[in-house]
Amino acid sequence: MRITGKCLCLGADIDTDQIIAGRYLRTKDRAVWAEHVFEDLDPLLAPRLKGAIIITGNNFGCGSSREQAPLALREAGVVGVIAPFFARIFFRNAINVGLPLLECTCRCEEGVMVTADLAEGWVQVGGTCTPAPPLSPRMLGILTAGGLVEYWRHRP
Amino acid sequence: MRSLSERLLGAPAGSYVDRPVDCSYAHDGTGVLTLEAWRAMGERGPVAPERLAILFDHIVPANTSTTANLQRELREFARTHGISFSEAGEGIAHQVMSEGRILPGEVVVGADSHTCTLGAFGAFATGMGATDVAAIWTSGMTWFKVPETIDVHLTGRLQGMAEAKDAALTYVSCLGMDGATYRALEFTGDGVSTLTMSDRLTLCNLAVETGAKTGMFYADEVTAAYLASYGKKGEPQHPEDHSCSREVALDLSDIEPVVALPHRVDSIVPVEKVAGTPLHQVFIGTCTNGRYEDLERLACMVRGKKVAVRTIVVPASRAVLQKAARTGVLDTILAAGCMVGTPGCGPCLGAHMGVIGEGEVCLSTANRNFRNRMGVGGSIYLSSVATAAAGALHGRITVPEVP
Repeated sequence: MRITGKCLCLGADIDTDQIIAGRYLRTKDRAVWAEHVFEDLDPLLAPRLKGAIIITGNNFGCGSSREQAPLALREAGVVGVIAPFFARIFFRNAINVGLPLLECTCRCEEGVMVTADLAEGWVQVGGTCTPAPPLSPRMLGILTAGGLVEYWRHRP
Repeated sequence: MRSLSERLLGAPAGSYVDRPVDCSYAHDGTGVLTLEAWRAMGERGPVAPERLAILFDHIVPANTSTTANLQRELREFARTHGISFSEAGEGIAHQVMSEGRILPGEVVVGADSHTCTLGAFGAFATGMGATDVAAIWTSGMTWFKVPETIDVHLTGRLQGMAEAKDAALTYVSCLGMDGATYRALEFTGDGVSTLTMSDRLTLCNLAVETGAKTGMFYADEVTAAYLASYGKKGEPQHPEDHSCSREVALDLSDIEPVVALPHRVDSIVPVEKVAGTPLHQVFIGTCTNGRYEDLERLACMVRGKKVAVRTIVVPASRAVLQKAARTGVLDTILAAGCMVGTPGCGPCLGAHMGVIGEGEVCLSTANRNFRNRMGVGGSIYLSSVATAAAGALHGRITVPEVP
C-alpha cells in the first residue's frame, strides 16, 4: 500500500484535544470536524491539509480515545501520518477509520513530495529514503479494506 | 513465569491474540460513533449483550437538542437490545463499573482512554476507539497485541498530606507522557497493601497519561474486601517472576504534594514552587478523584470555612453522592460555598459546563491539562484533592496542611 502527498511538518506530543477540541464532539457532522481540525494548535492549518502527508514527532494522538481525531484528519483530506511512534489508541483508531500511518523517524521538509509504502516499509522525503517497520498484515488487511467497518461488512 | 497481561491475554508479550471480551462499554461521547459503525458493519448481534454496557457521563444532562437527540437514539438502542444502560446522573462510566461490576482476571474494553482505571482490580482493562467497540458488539471479540510490562515497585506508605494522586503524578513525571507507550504498568511491592481501592483506581487511572495500555494491581485481600461489599468474590492473584522492559521504584513515604503545570501532565513540581499562583476556578471530581474518599477529604479540609474562589465539585457517581449526603460530607461541602454538579465527567474535557475563560487558571483534580482543554486560552494545574481544597480556601495555589 503506497501513499503520496505533500509534506507538512508538526511537532511532538500532539494530543487529541489539539487535533479536535472537546467542544466539537457533540455532533455526527464530519464536516464540522474537518473544519475545526487543529484549531487550537494553529487555526490556519485546516485549509492546508488536503493532499498532505503529516510528518510529526513522537506520541502523535496522545490523550483521549476520541475517534473524531483521525476522522477529522481524514475528512480534511490528510493522505497519511508518519511519526516515530503514535499513541496506541490513536494508532488503532486511524487504521480503523482508514487513515494510513507508519512509524518512521525521518526528516521533514515542508512542502516536498513524500511517498511511503506501508507494506514494504519505507518513506521517501524528496531524495531521501528511510526504512521503517512495515505495518503488520492484520493492520494492512483492515486498512486496505477501507477501515474496520468495511472489513467487517464483507466478513461472513 | 508471566506478567499479569501475559496471563490474562494468554500469550507472550509481542504476540497478537484474538480474544473474547468479558465486558465492554461505551459512553454518550463515543457510543454515538459506536452505534453508527455497528450499523454500517451490518447490524450483527450485538453478540453477548449481557457483557455490554452504555453509560451516559460526558454531556449530562444533555445541553442542546443535538446532544439530546444523539442520546435518545443511543438510549433506545441499549433498551431494545438488552444492553445494560446507565442514565445521565448515574455517574462516570469507569466509576460505575468499579462499583462491583469488574472482577479480577477479566478482559475489559471501554470506548474511553481511562478504561485503564479498572486495572486496579487485576483485570486487563484498556481503552479503544468507537469502531473497535462496534466490532466487539458485532463479534464478541477483539484483537490485542500483548504488551510488554513496566514494573512500578511501590514501597513505604503515604505520609502527611500526600495522596495517591501525588504518587500518580510522580510516576507519570518519571516515565514521561510517552514513556510507557504500548506497554502495561504493573504496580507491585510492599507498598501496595497500604493502598485502598480508591487509591489504586487513582494510580491506574493515570497509566494512559504515560501512553500505557493499562495499569494493573494484582488482586489481594483489599480487592476481595472491596468486592465483598458489593456481594462479589474476587480471587487473589499472585505475581510470578517475569521479564519487564523497565522497572521504576517509588517509595510512597517520599511522596510529597505536587502539581502538574500547564499544559503537560508530566511537568510536575512540589506545590510550594508555585504557591501563590492566583486561581479563578477549582474543580474536584472526575474518574481520577471524584470518589467518596475524595469528597470526604475535601470536607475535612473545608469544614467550617469558606472557599475564596468558585469551586465545582462533581461526584463520580450517584452512589458517591448518596453516601456523601448520608454522612454529612455533602452538607459540609455546600456550607463551605462549593457548587455541586450532576455526577459525571463534569468540566474535565471542556465539553459541558464549568468551562474556563481566556486567561483563567483552574486547579483541577482531573488527569489531563492539555492546552485549551477546559476552555480556550485557559490554563490547568493538576493536583490532589487536599491541594485543590487548600487552593479553593485561599484562592491561590497553597501547600495543603493538616486541617
